[in-house]
Amino acid sequence: MRIALRELRRRPGRFGPVTAALILLTVLLLFLGGLLDGLYIGATGALRAQRAAVVVYSADANDSIIRSRLDTTTRAQIERISGVTAVGGLGISLLGAKVPGETTLADAAVIGYQRPPTGVPAVPPPGDAWADRRLEAFGVRVGQTLRLGPREVPIRVRGWVEDTNYLLQGSLWVAPDTWRRAQNASRPDAPFAAGEFQVFVADGPGDPGVLARRIDRATGNATATLTKDAAVLASPGTRQQKSTFNGIIGVTFVVVGLVVALFFALLTLERSPIYGVLKAIGTTTRRLFAGVLLQALIVATAAFLIGGLITLGLTSLLPARIPILLVGSRAITTFGGILLTAAIGGAISLRRIARIDPVTAIGTGT
Amino acid sequence: MTALQLDHVSKVYRSGDDDIVALDDANLTVAADEMIGLIGPSGSGKTTLISIAGGLLTPTEGSVLVGGENITGYNAKELTRFRGEQVGFVFQTVNLVPFLTARENLLVVGELSGGRAGRKQATTRADQLLDELGLGHRHDNLPRQLSGGERQRVAVGRALMNEPKLVLFDEPTSALDTHLGEQVMDLIRSEVKGRGTAAVIVTHDARVTTYCDRVVTIIDGRLAETAAASA
Repeated sequence: MRIALRELRRRPGRFGPVTAALILLTVLLLFLGGLLDGLYIGATGALRAQRAAVVVYSADANDSIIRSRLDTTTRAQIERISGVTAVGGLGISLLGAKVPGETTLADAAVIGYQRPPTGVPAVPPPGDAWADRRLEAFGVRVGQTLRLGPREVPIRVRGWVEDTNYLLQGSLWVAPDTWRRAQNASRPDAPFAAGEFQVFVADGPGDPGVLARRIDRATGNATATLTKDAAVLASPGTRQQKSTFNGIIGVTFVVVGLVVALFFALLTLERSPIYGVLKAIGTTTRRLFAGVLLQALIVATAAFLIGGLITLGLTSLLPARIPILLVGSRAITTFGGILLTAAIGGAISLRRIARIDPVTAIGTGT
Repeated sequence: MTALQLDHVSKVYRSGDDDIVALDDANLTVAADEMIGLIGPSGSGKTTLISIAGGLLTPTEGSVLVGGENITGYNAKELTRFRGEQVGFVFQTVNLVPFLTARENLLVVGELSGGRAGRKQATTRADQLLDELGLGHRHDNLPRQLSGGERQRVAVGRALMNEPKLVLFDEPTSALDTHLGEQVMDLIRSEVKGRGTAAVIVTHDARVTTYCDRVVTIIDGRLAETAAASA
């Protein structure tokens, strides 16, 4: 082990190429992860924040909130189900918002709600809204009156909430009637009547999957109920984004492993004579391998730290509207993944080290 | 006390359908403080013999005792432990670890074999050995900062670090000029004799044999002749 550490200390340049490659891969992994998290969190905050076990859609909505429509009769059916402890209506309209003093429209999701989600205060008075901080990037300030949609429905910003956006649109949490006014103004061809919502969120004890099936049975399958987690993933594009990004991230981790494997395989090849000597004087394959593994892990750790700092620097330069979000859990999993793949990559050298015959240290004759 | 005893040792390599006899019924006894020279033409079996004596190879037949320890049936793990504790090697090409200082190259032996002695003790011993080998001012030099003779002296120190019963030298002067070769052989003899350690020196160089107590000739795998040397 000491030999491996001394080599790292005295010949840092030798490990330069692999460290540089791993730094670049770390930056790539953190960027991809940051974008995935930014997209996921920005698209699903409104649903993740719900204090509910299930989300009820109309059966013909294909799990889309925008296409769903539920009436008071359905609500009554749900409320009658034993085990359902609370039902709340939810409606979402994606609209452009005119911000005082700004020339570009802010992308807004006007959300009418009855049961306050996590982090959102009680339903505000008609015409007022709790705005997500994402809208600050569009110049929105507390106390301003925004004008929403083609009919310029006025909504006054009452205060801030966080991580409650929907489909990367800054949320404006409003009273149900305020939402209906904005929705019906932009879609006069399909107005929502009083008491109607796009979806209901329902809560109750026990397995959410069982609750979802009971609701759909009670409504005669006029509804399609998803658990909250499934509803989050059913948000448009979310599942596809996750699988695409995770695919790229997975391939990048494989590249990390290959880079480490190739580097240490070459290094082992170069070190074969000295390994032969060390084996001849009493070292074990296990000790030599542990040295390689230690070097791989130290190089990976150094690369992660440098790559992490570079990523932090680069992301601070990006415009706030780019949905990149560096979260601690992503950094930890990326670090863990890099360490694991580096260890696996380094382990490729085990076979080669094991095959080095100590007798090679001593002459070539018979 | 006998440092090395080979009894009817043979080593046969399989090459296709043929058997190649590298060592043929070799018998050799080396006393505890004896220094012997092993000479013979290329391919005669010198390397095989010292490889078997040092636990780098196992014999096909016969038995090998080093310092009274019978290593004949040892597996690879046992042989690794044995090499770390009982024998010292000085190789033809010096083969010091290039990024370790002279002192650290000696300490490698203790560290790699599990560090029986405490680290502090090992460091003291390494410094003492280097001083004895005339490298008192070179403890912290890397191999590239040392001359060929100094490197070979460090290699001798490394071989003696674990206080072995037997030290095996493979052409220790082949990479040195005449003057340095003589210096190194003087040093080897004084160190080996001063410690009562046995040594087997493989060489092509007739001058080296003059430092040995006894010279053994090997031809076609057979220890054919034993001659007295003028030490």
